[in-house]
Amino acid sequence: MVLSGADKNNVKGLFAKIGGHAEEYGAETLERMFAAYPQTKTYFPHFDLGKGSAQVKGHGKKVAAALVEAANHIDDIAGALSKLSDLHAQKLRVDPVNFKLLGQCFLVVVASHNPALLTPEVHASLDKFLCAVGTVLTAKYR
Amino acid sequence: MVHWSAEEKQLISSVWGKVNVEECGAEALARLLIVYPWTQRFFSNFGNLSSPTAIVGNPKVRAHGKKVLTSFGEAVKNLDNIKGTYSKLSELHCEKLHVDPENFRLLGDILVIVLASHFGRDFTPACQCAWQKLVGVVAHALARRYH
Repeated sequence: MVLSGADKNNVKGLFAKIGGHAEEYGAETLERMFAAYPQTKTYFPHFDLGKGSAQVKGHGKKVAAALVEAANHIDDIAGALSKLSDLHAQKLRVDPVNFKLLGQCFLVVVASHNPALLTPEVHASLDKFLCAVGTVLTAKYR
Repeated sequence: MVHWSAEEKQLISSVWGKVNVEECGAEALARLLIVYPWTQRFFSNFGNLSSPTAIVGNPKVRAHGKKVLTSFGEAVKNLDNIKGTYSKLSELHCEKLHVDPENFRLLGDILVIVLASHFGRDFTPACQCAWQKLVGVVAHALARRYH
């Protein structure tokens, strides 16, 4: 999965337009993921996952910040997320299938808030980008 | 048999009631072919699929998208017997069309994104949950008769 120049522009452009809403999108992404894919909750037994949870909001902010960071260093996602990659491999060990579920929910959030932004071309680029992020975060698992 | 709560049934039918099957079907299939270009392998006789613009404007893609989503409507009408509803279609996709069932999952996820883009905030997390379940059940039913 290689991000073309056009893909990189599409992703950077999207995140630029999302701007300050990224944190809110991160929280909603998690909320949707926990609702649609309850098995993902198993990674958060220590969290209050109820509606409006401050912990979910806080964690959503972190997830969004990581995506923004990756987009801002889109020529070297592995470098930008190296520490996060170590963390997921050594401590968190989230099963790789779950990154696709998170990605699906992020796409749904973007689509529901900004249908005009998510043209088929941008959709394709964003999907590739989210795949690339997931690949980086699981790269050191074994 | 899949169990659907009253709430799930309501969320599914209320969304479906507002769906423009022709538009959503065309858009979902076009996005499948654009986002996952390897899915174009099943449509070599569809003519010009050389760019996203060509795909979106392709009349065969539109027509087939409408056909696929119309068929999806059968699941919505028969939530309590989706397996039976798709038995023959499952055999067809295996024996004649030779479609890897993974493609049903891909299309299902794309359909959910298309619905989200059309319904915005009304496509709540609970709504998405019911629809992710439905597309999963449909994909499973379509794969069920594979051998």
